[in-house]
Amino acid sequence: MGSRRPVHPYISNSVPAVKDEMLREIGVASAEELYAQMIPERLRLRRRMELPEPLPAELDLRRHVEGILSKDRTCSDYLSFLGGGCWQHFVPEVCDEIIRRSEFLTAYAGGPYSDLGRFQAVFEFQSMICELVGMEVSGAPTYDWGSAAGNAVRMASRITGRREILVPRNISQARLSIISNFCNPTTTGDRIFVKQVDYDPEKVILDLGDLEAKINDRTACVYFESPSYLGVIETQGAEISRIAHDHGAESVVGVDPISLGILAPPSDYGADIVCGEAQPLGIHMHAGGGLSGFIASRDEERYVGEYPLRLITITNTAKEGEYGFGQCRYERTSYIAREKAKDWVGTTTALWAIAAAVYMSLMGPEGMREVGESIIQRSHYAAKRLSEIEGVKVPFDGFFKEFPVDFEATGRTVAEVNHGLLEHKIFGGKDISAEFPELVQSSLYCVTEVHKQSDLDRLASTLKEVLA
Amino acid sequence: MTEEVKLRRYHAPVWNEPIILELGQRGERGVLLPEVEEGISRSVGPAERLLPPNVVRKSPPALPELSQAQVLRHYLRLSQQTLGMELDVDLGVGTCTMKYSPKVNERLAAMIADVHPDQPEETIQGLLEIVWRFGHVFLREISGMDEFSFQPPGGSAAAFNNACMMRKYHELKGEAAQRNEIITTIFSHPCDAACPATAGYKVVTLYPDEETGLPDVEALKAAVSEHTAGLFITNPEDTGIFNPEVDEWTGIVHEAGGLCAYDQANANAILGITRAREAGFDMCFFNLHKTFSSPHGSSGPGCGAVGVTEELSEFLPVPVVVKEGERYHLDYDRPNSIGKVRDFHGNLPSVVRAYAWAMSMGADGLREAAEVSAINNSYLETKLKRIRGVTKPYGDGRRVDQIRYSLAKMKEETGVGVDDVNRRVVDYGVQTYFTSHHPWIVPEPFTPEPCETYSKADIDYWAEVLRRVSDEAYSEPEKVKTAPHSSTISRINSAPFDDPGKWAMSWRAYKRKRRQRK
Repeated sequence: MGSRRPVHPYISNSVPAVKDEMLREIGVASAEELYAQMIPERLRLRRRMELPEPLPAELDLRRHVEGILSKDRTCSDYLSFLGGGCWQHFVPEVCDEIIRRSEFLTAYAGGPYSDLGRFQAVFEFQSMICELVGMEVSGAPTYDWGSAAGNAVRMASRITGRREILVPRNISQARLSIISNFCNPTTTGDRIFVKQVDYDPEKVILDLGDLEAKINDRTACVYFESPSYLGVIETQGAEISRIAHDHGAESVVGVDPISLGILAPPSDYGADIVCGEAQPLGIHMHAGGGLSGFIASRDEERYVGEYPLRLITITNTAKEGEYGFGQCRYERTSYIAREKAKDWVGTTTALWAIAAAVYMSLMGPEGMREVGESIIQRSHYAAKRLSEIEGVKVPFDGFFKEFPVDFEATGRTVAEVNHGLLEHKIFGGKDISAEFPELVQSSLYCVTEVHKQSDLDRLASTLKEVLA
Repeated sequence: MTEEVKLRRYHAPVWNEPIILELGQRGERGVLLPEVEEGISRSVGPAERLLPPNVVRKSPPALPELSQAQVLRHYLRLSQQTLGMELDVDLGVGTCTMKYSPKVNERLAAMIADVHPDQPEETIQGLLEIVWRFGHVFLREISGMDEFSFQPPGGSAAAFNNACMMRKYHELKGEAAQRNEIITTIFSHPCDAACPATAGYKVVTLYPDEETGLPDVEALKAAVSEHTAGLFITNPEDTGIFNPEVDEWTGIVHEAGGLCAYDQANANAILGITRAREAGFDMCFFNLHKTFSSPHGSSGPGCGAVGVTEELSEFLPVPVVVKEGERYHLDYDRPNSIGKVRDFHGNLPSVVRAYAWAMSMGADGLREAAEVSAINNSYLETKLKRIRGVTKPYGDGRRVDQIRYSLAKMKEETGVGVDDVNRRVVDYGVQTYFTSHHPWIVPEPFTPEPCETYSKADIDYWAEVLRRVSDEAYSEPEKVKTAPHSSTISRINSAPFDDPGKWAMSWRAYKRKRRQRK
């Protein structure tokens, strides 16, 4: 105990002689004397903190943490079909190479004269997101799809001056909870009411009848997703937007950008604001840490003025042929306007935006088309193989990379099935039986470009074995 | 005076790099995917047959087309044109704690890169153990709070999370409608005002006494009422001044029926010195990407680790990592939880790094980091106060982790202000400093934070840069006003920033507006 080392490799001035010299210069005898001049005795922690013995030697530390984490299994050790908001996609090596660069990894809040590259990379992220979704404005990233949707519906509320939003009932419960927190679910004053629109039980697309019944002149926006949480592509986007617009409401669309090489951009079907999740674009899952949301809209003042995010605009400089960058309408943000700001902004996920920019550049239009095609063919192949198994049903068609698999007729719960798969080193789909009781014992399977045909065949044969 | 400090000859990299959408040529590819196996194609047919016809994309997105080396080169050049913390003496960026992020922790965090957050608990016991240990063993002891969540993915997100918990607390007491006000101070971070406002609160802001730099406790007494939901404050405040009456403040707010939320983004120099618990707070948050060494990532991903007292733990977002016997478990069964502020578990790689950092420090190391940060701060002050035009507002008292200085005197005497100087310091190879959050209560402000990473020589260098620029301001002010001179670019035209006809947040908008102007 108490083997205090005099110097620490992460603390330059822990060398006693250096510290003493600095203290002399300051004119105090010790750090203690400094603190005594600032913090009253009654607030001081007058004991040594009780913490584990440290491992200041790098090798010891590495062994310790590796020892703990090496017990775990990852989706590269096991075959995984988990999705539901965080998905296993191919991450090109160049993406990792760029975001490991010291410069990007450790930059933070410098201005464009010192951090021009960081500004340009985020501008390029915005630009390429705009190409995918068919809009002209996007901003620096949000924390995740949920917060992007939360910000987007609040923007719609301010734009329209209305305080009700409609969201689909087949939304992820986690995302709904995030949106609800953004909308102030209690009665402190400026509540935005969140109402849910049913989905068609056959096709799992929005129930337009229910939408017509619930929309009114208090509706700020209709928020819908394509593909939805249950994986199905929304085919009525244009009608939904038209209904929203007929009632003076905004059409807000959530998308998975990995689908947009083959799926129509939301601007084609009337979206006013688009949001979504950038994690599929070259970012590892990181146990959920890889999430990064985005928002995009048309280039109109009434939209731009309501963004809470940093919006990086391109400009010129005093020298011909040079690009500069800066913050558009920065006084919108909480950094300037505090409680009068458009919501709030903070440290979000810029490093992931840079990874996504690298990814979109590597893939190009052809790559985005190929990845979309590869995913939809593989997912449909998997669905086909699974539905060949007795008692296993894939109840819906029209999906992109995720689809519910119904095990009800097998007499097994999803939990039992997944337990069986785990013994064969397979992570089965996400158990959504509690989230969607009407889908009974259903599991949400995710298939992407990382799954080989042999992986999908292995899933089918293992399931057969588990269910036997 | 100590020995003379020699400033470096420096010039930032200049690649004059085009926008990536201007580069490449049709048909180039950066990366290929495996072909879809014939067995799959035969079985399901071509992709277009699987798509409802009205959802098919009609024209491809106008993304760039480049070979792999071209993409790599472009982004390497952009990285070179970014002055990351690891490249310079980055102590100017106060409130951000630009400390070193140990490289070994990157390797450790990468071990969970391919973990899915919904994997069965039994396959991520190691990760959950680290999360639990960091909260229960480290942050509990460091803060005195009882339970932690790592779901908020940044400091502001944590402040929002805390506003949501406060809302829920008053709701359950049936007082949510009545208690609709949050009190903060102007030198607390902007998120302490903006996040409660987003959560539906009116915000009452207290301003400092001109002598002490702190709001008077009488002002707080006058502000509290039956409408008070709670207090959101930073301490030490952004000025670096520690409010010594903070426990009296929390007492006054509790007496009025409110809760107290502590923004600990400025915690670096008080680790092991003073805690949220003894100051009477009900909840707090730490920025793991600041105090706990996780890298800032060009502005995230970060983590705002939220701690609460036992009484409030029922409100934490779900799931919370708990230990049951020898097993770690994700606890969703918390009926009074606020639900979620971010999907899944937040940014766990940050927690792995923070745990590794804290394990490398231990109790004595954490305290040493705090003490050296405080010493560095006062040492830098001895240097800066000898520089012409630099003043320290609010008296000569000690500051904890950072100091809000002013160049108002320099501006008055030379016309050179804090923004001019900030453009000039980059010519000497240091990152621009943090001025201040808004409004600028301190005129012409700047706020360096020389945390424990920086050596005495680093601090001497940084001070010497400022001294040199001050000399320039007094002898050749135009040189400073026309800066930068050794940067990646020359003076930026800021006119488009607020002009709808000229701003462009995307390449396509820029091209359209350029076309329209012609």
